[in-house]
Amino acid sequence: MKKSILKFVQSLEPDKKKSPLLHTVFDGFFTFLFTPNSTTSHGVHIRDGVDLKRTMTIVVIALQLCYLFGTLNIGHQHFVALGQYPGLLDGLHLKIAFGLIQLLPIFAVTMLVGLGIEFYYAYKKGHSIEEGFLVTGSLIPLIMPPDIPLWILALSVAFAVWIGKEAFGGTGMNILNIALLSRVFIFFAYPTDISGDEVWVAGLTGMQPGALVDYGWWHTGFFNGLFETIGWATFEPGMAVVDGYTGATPLSLAYQGGWEKVASVYSESQIFWGSIPGSIGETSKPLIILGALLLIISGIGSWRIMLGMIFGTGVMALLLNFWGATSFMEVPWYYHYIMGSFLFAMAFMATDPVTAASTNLGKWIYGFLIGFIGIIIRVMNPAYPEGWMLAILFMNVFAPLIDHYVIEGNINRRLKNQKAAI
Amino acid sequence: MKILTAYSPLFGQASVETGGFLALVFAIILLAIFIVVMIFSEKSGKSTVSILNGKEVFKLKRGFNILLKGGIQSKEINPIQVTRVGIIPSNFIGMSPIPKMLVDIGDEVKAGDPLFFDKKQDSIKFCAPVSGEIVAIERGEKRAISQVVILADKEVNFKTLENIDLESISREDLVGYLCENGLWPLIRQRPFNVIPDPLQTPRDIFISTFDTAPLAPDLNLVVEGKGAAFQKGIDVMKKLTSGKVYLGLNYNEQPSKVFSDVKGAEIKWFSGMHPAGNVSVQIHHIKPLASNEIVWTVGVQEIINIGQTLLTGQLDLSRVVAVVGSEVDEPRYVKTYLGANIGDLVKDNLEDDHKIRLISGDVLSGEKKEDSDFLNFFDDQITAIQEGDYYEMFGWLIPGKSRPTVSRSFLNYFTDKGKHYNADTNNHGEERAFVVTGQYENLLPMDLYPQHILKSIMVGDIEKMEQLGIHEIVEEDLALCEFSCTSKQPLQEILRTGLEMMREQQ
Repeated sequence: MKKSILKFVQSLEPDKKKSPLLHTVFDGFFTFLFTPNSTTSHGVHIRDGVDLKRTMTIVVIALQLCYLFGTLNIGHQHFVALGQYPGLLDGLHLKIAFGLIQLLPIFAVTMLVGLGIEFYYAYKKGHSIEEGFLVTGSLIPLIMPPDIPLWILALSVAFAVWIGKEAFGGTGMNILNIALLSRVFIFFAYPTDISGDEVWVAGLTGMQPGALVDYGWWHTGFFNGLFETIGWATFEPGMAVVDGYTGATPLSLAYQGGWEKVASVYSESQIFWGSIPGSIGETSKPLIILGALLLIISGIGSWRIMLGMIFGTGVMALLLNFWGATSFMEVPWYYHYIMGSFLFAMAFMATDPVTAASTNLGKWIYGFLIGFIGIIIRVMNPAYPEGWMLAILFMNVFAPLIDHYVIEGNINRRLKNQKAAI
Repeated sequence: MKILTAYSPLFGQASVETGGFLALVFAIILLAIFIVVMIFSEKSGKSTVSILNGKEVFKLKRGFNILLKGGIQSKEINPIQVTRVGIIPSNFIGMSPIPKMLVDIGDEVKAGDPLFFDKKQDSIKFCAPVSGEIVAIERGEKRAISQVVILADKEVNFKTLENIDLESISREDLVGYLCENGLWPLIRQRPFNVIPDPLQTPRDIFISTFDTAPLAPDLNLVVEGKGAAFQKGIDVMKKLTSGKVYLGLNYNEQPSKVFSDVKGAEIKWFSGMHPAGNVSVQIHHIKPLASNEIVWTVGVQEIINIGQTLLTGQLDLSRVVAVVGSEVDEPRYVKTYLGANIGDLVKDNLEDDHKIRLISGDVLSGEKKEDSDFLNFFDDQITAIQEGDYYEMFGWLIPGKSRPTVSRSFLNYFTDKGKHYNADTNNHGEERAFVVTGQYENLLPMDLYPQHILKSIMVGDIEKMEQLGIHEIVEEDLALCEFSCTSKQPLQEILRTGLEMMREQQ
C-alpha cells in the first residue's frame, strides 16, 4: 500500500530542469507525504525524529480548537446582534455555516497569498519549501476581525511575507513576527477598517439598531437549500439589529467606563469562555490555555516567555491599579488576563522562537517586558485599546539586545571564573 | 474570586481605590517572585559541587543518554587476530596532508618502528603498532596520504626500546622518548584537539575515566589487571605538566580500584548524563580553560599504552575495542591493535538482513567506514547500525516505529523511559535554518551558549567565538546537540570550521 502510493507519487515528479517551479512545489508536497530517504553522512549517524515540519505542525494542532470555536463564535456574534439564538449552542448549524462562510475565504486568501510568495522564493533561490508559513498562515486568520475585506487581507499578508520575511532571507531569518506584521500593516494602513466596534461582528451592514442583515448566495442559496431539505431552521434575510446592541468588545467598554461598564454588558464567564465579539481566534480563553499547555508539554513553546509575560502583565496592571487615574486603570489587575487577546498573544505570538530572545534568561526578560509594555499600551493608548501586537513587535526589535547583554554577562562571568581558578 | 474578596480589599471591584497602596505592595512582591523564579531557573548550565560520602562531586543537570540496542552483556575480552592494520594521517588534526614517509611498500617493520613524521614537527614519530610488511601507502585527494597499511604478522615482533628510569629522567628527555617512540601522538592538546607541541608545557592534564556516549566501552573493564601500567602512565603525565593531573570519575557507578586508588592524580567525581564523560565538560567544571592557556587530555587506553611501554620496553599500542550496535550478532569486547582493520573486527558477527552502517567510534561522533577501512587512531569502538535510506509516509508526524528522541513532542519520550532503541541513519527531516532556540543549551552541561558560538562561526566573528568559549569545546561535545537539532544542521562540522579559523590566527 505504502509502496504503491510512493511509486505513484514519484511517477508524478516533474522534470527539475524543464519546470523548476513545478518541481519545487512537487518537492514541497512530496516531503509532506513522505519523509525523504536521505541519510546522515558527516557528523552524527543518528538523528532525532523531530524536525521543523513536526515542530510547526504541533503549533498548528494547538491552534485547532481556536479555529473550531472561532467558526462558531463568528456565527454566534452575528445572531446575537440580531437578537436571535442567544444561547451559544442554539442554532448551532446556522452559526457554524455562517462562520465557515466567513472564515474559509479568509483562510484561503491567507494561504494562497502567503504560500504563493513562499513557493516563488523557494523556486527562485533554489531551496526546498520551508515550513515557516504553516504556522504564520494559521495564525493570521485567527487574529483578524471576521469582517476583514479580503483584498486588505491579501495585501497585508503579501506585505508581511515579502517585506517581513523573504527580504530578510526566509524562514528563521526574520526580525519581526510575520503574523503580527500583517496585522500591524492593516492597523496602520487601513485604520478605519479594523478599529471601532463594528468590525468585530460579521455580516451586518452597520451596527446601528435597525440596520439590516446582508446574506449572500452561500447563505440563502446553498445552506438554506440544504437546511430546508433536512428540516432545520434557515437564514432569514431582512432581520435587523436589535435595540441597544453595540458590538463593543470588553476592552473598549473598559476604556469607556472601567470594569463596571464591562460588567454591565458581559459576565465574567462570558468573557472567559469567549462568547464575546473579538478577533476570530482569540476570544475563548480555556481553549487557548489548552493550546498553550500542548506547546509547553511538547517543549515547543517557551514556558519562560509565557510565565514572564504573565508576571509582567500582573506587575504593570497592579501599578496602574495603584495609580488609578482613569477608570480603565482601576480595572482590577487580574481581569487583564481574560480581557482582550492577552492569552492568545502569550501562547502563540510571543513564543515565536525566531523573533524572541534566544537565551533562557533573555526569554524571561523578553516575556516580562512584553507583558509590562503591553498593559501600558492597552490602558494608556487612546487610539486603540489593545497592546500586545505593538508590545511584541517592539520587543522583537529589542530581543537581540537582551540576548547581547545576557551573553555579555556570561562572557564576563566565565572570565572571572577563569581568573579565580588560577 | 469571592473567597478572595472576603479576605482582601485588593481583590474586590468596589474597593479598588482603597486597595491602591496594597496594589503597589503586591506589585513589588510579584516582581520579587518573578526575579527569584528567573534566577533559579537560569542556574542549570553550571554544576553544583557537593561533598557526598567524602567525595567532591560535580552534579550536572543537563544532558541526555541515548539508549541503543546492541550493548555488550558479557564482560569477557576476546583476543582477535587482525590481518591488516592501518594508520590514517588525517586522524591527527592539523597535520600536513603529506607526511614524510620513512618506509616504502614492501618494507618489513617491527612494532615500534617509525612509519612517518609530520614535516612541520619532525621530532614526533608515528610508529607501527604491529610488525609486518607495508603493503600499501594509499593516496587520496591532492596526493595526500590517506592511509599506511601494514600486513600484520601472526606473531608480533617488537623493537626493543631503551629503558628509562622515570625517577631520574629529565622532563626534556622524557618528551624526547615519547616523541621518538610513537607515544606522543596518543596525547592531545586543548584547545583544538591537536597533537601537542613538544616544546610547550600544559597547565594541567585531564583524563576522563568513563565514556557516556551511546554503547561506549566500559573503561573499568578495560583497565582491570592493568593497574601497574595505568599508574605508570599517570606518573609520566605527572612529570609532563607543571600543574596537576586530574582524573574524572563517574559517581553513579562503582569505578575500578585502579582509578579510585590512583596516586599522583587528583580525583574529581561527576554525576550526570551524556556528555558528562566528555573531558571538555570535566575541564570546564574542574578548572575552566582560558583562551590563552593550554591543557592536555589523554584517554584511559592511551595512558595504559604509555605505562605498559615504559614497563616492558616494547611499544604497546594495543586496544580493547567494543564491537556494538543493533546489527552486531554478538556484541563483545575484542583485544586488538590500534588501527585494526574493521572487517577483521566484525568478521562473522554481523546481521545480514539489512544494509549496515559501520562506524569507527560511537553513533554521535564516529566516522562512517567500510569493512576494508581501519579503526581511527583514537577510537575504541565499532558501532554497526541499520542504514535508514527509506521513505516514511508522514514520518515526521506519526513515525512508524519509535526512535530515540529528546523532544517531548513524541509520545514515546514520556512512555518509553529506559527503553533501548534500534536507531537507523535516516535524517528524519531536511536541513533548515536555525529556528528553535534553547535546544542545545539543555544538552550541554557547560556554562556556554552553543547556538551563539555556532552563529558567530557562521559569520566568521573570531573575537566573538573566543569570548563565547569556543576553545573549551570540541566536536564530540556538540554531537548530542547535533543529534537533537530540529533544523538538522551539521554542528560538529561548523564547530571544526570555527576551531580551524581560530587555529590559523595563532
